Amino acid sequence: MPGLTGYIVRRLLLVPVVLFVVSVVVFALGRLTPGDYVEIQAGSRARPETIERIKEERGLNDPVYEQYARYMGDFLTGDLGKSVIYRGADVQEVIFPRLWITLQYNAVVLLLTFAIGIPVGTWAALKRGTWLDPLAIGTFLVFASVPVLVTVPLLQWLFAVKFGLLPSGGWEAHNYLGVKLGIFSRQIILPVIVLTLPGVAGIARYMRAQVLDVLDQDYVRTARAKGLKEFVVVNRHIVRNALLPIATIMGFELSGLIAGSIFLETLLGIPGIGLYTFEAIGSRDYDSIMAIVLVGTAAFLLANLLVDIAYGFIDPRIRLSGGPA
Amino acid sequence: MNYADAAQPLASEARRSFGLRAFRRLLRRPLAVIAVVIIVFVYATGLLAPAVAPYGFNEAEFGHGFAAPNVDHPLGTDRLGRDLLSRAMWSAQTTVIVSVAVVGTGGLLIGLSLGMLAGYAGGRTDNLVMRAGEILSSVPTILLVIIIRATLQDRWTDLFHNIEDLTHFPGLVSSGAPSIVLIFGALSIFSWFGMARLVRSQVLALRESAYILAARASGASVWRILFGHLLPNLTNLVIVVVTLSLGSAALAEIGLTFLGIGVQPPHPSFGTMIFEGSGLSNIRNHPQLMLVPAVVVGLLLLSFNLLGDALTDILSPRRR
Repeated sequence: MPGLTGYIVRRLLLVPVVLFVVSVVVFALGRLTPGDYVEIQAGSRARPETIERIKEERGLNDPVYEQYARYMGDFLTGDLGKSVIYRGADVQEVIFPRLWITLQYNAVVLLLTFAIGIPVGTWAALKRGTWLDPLAIGTFLVFASVPVLVTVPLLQWLFAVKFGLLPSGGWEAHNYLGVKLGIFSRQIILPVIVLTLPGVAGIARYMRAQVLDVLDQDYVRTARAKGLKEFVVVNRHIVRNALLPIATIMGFELSGLIAGSIFLETLLGIPGIGLYTFEAIGSRDYDSIMAIVLVGTAAFLLANLLVDIAYGFIDPRIRLSGGPA
Repeated sequence: MNYADAAQPLASEARRSFGLRAFRRLLRRPLAVIAVVIIVFVYATGLLAPAVAPYGFNEAEFGHGFAAPNVDHPLGTDRLGRDLLSRAMWSAQTTVIVSVAVVGTGGLLIGLSLGMLAGYAGGRTDNLVMRAGEILSSVPTILLVIIIRATLQDRWTDLFHNIEDLTHFPGLVSSGAPSIVLIFGALSIFSWFGMARLVRSQVLALRESAYILAARASGASVWRILFGHLLPNLTNLVIVVVTLSLGSAALAEIGLTFLGIGVQPPHPSFGTMIFEGSGLSNIRNHPQLMLVPAVVVGLLLLSFNLLGDALTDILSPRRR
C-alpha cells in the first residue's frame, strides 16, 4: 500500500507544523504578558537593579527569537519551566503525574463509550421503524446535550448528598504491581458516568447509520438466505462491516474529553491536568499554562494521528493518497 | 437580464412556500415545538431582563443571604442576598448577547463568507482557507482561548483604560465590555471553520449546477452569483448550523466564565452562578443555588440540540 505510507508520512509531517505554529503563538502570547512577570514575582519592594539582574540572568533582554529557541530547546529536553502555584517545583514534575491521572479515567471512558455505543447503535438500527429506535437514540442524545458543568453538580447532589451512594469527589490511587492506579476506586464512578453518557450518543448514532447502510447489502441478504442464525448474521456480517468507519469519530470524541476533563476535575477535585489548568489560570502561572497548552495540543494531535493511521489500516478502501480535503 | 428579473418573483414564491412547508413540518414535531418555546422564552427573558427582572443583578440584601424560596424571592437568594430569579434573568441576557455575537461574527460573517469564497474561487484560495482552518481545528479550542485570555487580558484592559482617558467616555472598562469582546473575539476566530467547511462543500456542488452556469453565461457578476444565486440555496444549511452553533457558543460562554476567564463579576452569568452554587457545602445545604442555573442551562442546550436535529431532518435534502 504505497498510498497508505504516503498518507501517514503526510500526517506525520503535519504534526510538527501545527505544533510549531501553536508554540510560536503560545510563546508570543506568553511574552506579551503585561508588566513583566519578573516584576510581579520579585514583589513590589524589589529594587529596579534586582529586577534588571533577574531579567539579564533569564535572558529576557535577548532578541525574541533567541528566547523562543531557548524556550523550545528547554521544552524539548524536558525542562518546562518553573511552577508558581507549587513554589519551587518544576512544571514537568507537576504536569506528568497529573496527566497520568487524567489519562487513566479518560481511557476507561473511551472504552466504555464504544462498548455501550456500538451495541446501542446496532440495536437501534435493527429496531428501525419501531418506537424503540428513537427512544434509545433520543435518550442518549439528551445525555449528550447536557454539559458536564450541569451534570456533575446534579449527580453530586443526587448520589453523594441525597442517597449517599458515591463519594462526592476526589481521587484515590493504590499501588498495583508498582503502578499507581486510581481506576479501581469508588471515586472513579462519578467521573466515568458523567463523561461516558454524553459520548455514547455520538457513537450510537454513527453506528446506527452505518448498520442501516450495511443492512441492505447483498451479502447480508445472502447470509440470511443461507439460513444462518440471526445472531451470526448480525455479528459477523453486519456489525463487522459497519464497524470499519467508526474510528473516524474517535478524534471528535477526544476533543470533547479534553474540554470535559477541565470542568469535571475542577468540580470534583480530581488532581489531574484539568484541575491544574484551572489553578494555573487562577494564579497566572504562565509557565504552567504554556506547558499545559503545548503538552495538551501535542497529546491531542498524536491521538488523532493514531486514529487516522488505525483507520487507514482497518479500511483499505479509504483513498489515503490525495484524498479530498 | 429581463428574463432573469421575470424569474425572480417565481423563485421567491417557491422559496416562501418551501419555508412555509418546512415550518409546518416543524410544527408537527412536539419535541421541536417545545424546544422552540424554551429557546424563545429564555431569549425573551434575557432581552427583557431590565424590564422583567424584579431586582438588579447586583442588588444585595445584607443579612438575607441563603434565603429559601419565599414570596419576595421566588427562587431564594444567594450568599450575598441577591435574588436568584433576577440573577438567572440577567445571566440569560449575558448568554444571549455573547452567543449571538459569537455566531454572528465567527459563524456567519467569517464562516459563511470564507466558505463561499473557498468553494467558488477554488484553487489557491480554497487551499489557503482550508489549510488554515485545518490547523485551527486540529488544536483544542479551549486551550487556545485560555492562553489568549490569560496573556492578553491585562493589556487589553489597559488599552480600554487609555481609550477611556482619551475619549472621556467613562464606565467603558467597568461595564465589562472589554473582557466580553476579548472572549468572543477569541471564540469567533476558532469557530468559523465548521460553518466554512459545510458551506464550501455545498458551494462546490452547486457551482457546477445548470442554473449557476446559466447565470455565468448570461454575464452575471461574481457578486451577483454569490449573493443572488448561491446564498439563497445555502439558507437551509446555514439555519441548521446557526442553530447548533448558538447552543455551543452559549456553552462556551458559560464554561469559560465558570473557569474565571469569561464574563467578569459582578456581571452575571450562568457560569458564575454554577461556580458559586457548586462546592459540596452549598450542594448539601442550599441546592437551589446550583439547581437554578443548572436546570436553565441544561434545558436551553438540550433545546438547541433537539431543534438543530429536527431542522436537519426537515431541511437537508439528503435525508428527505
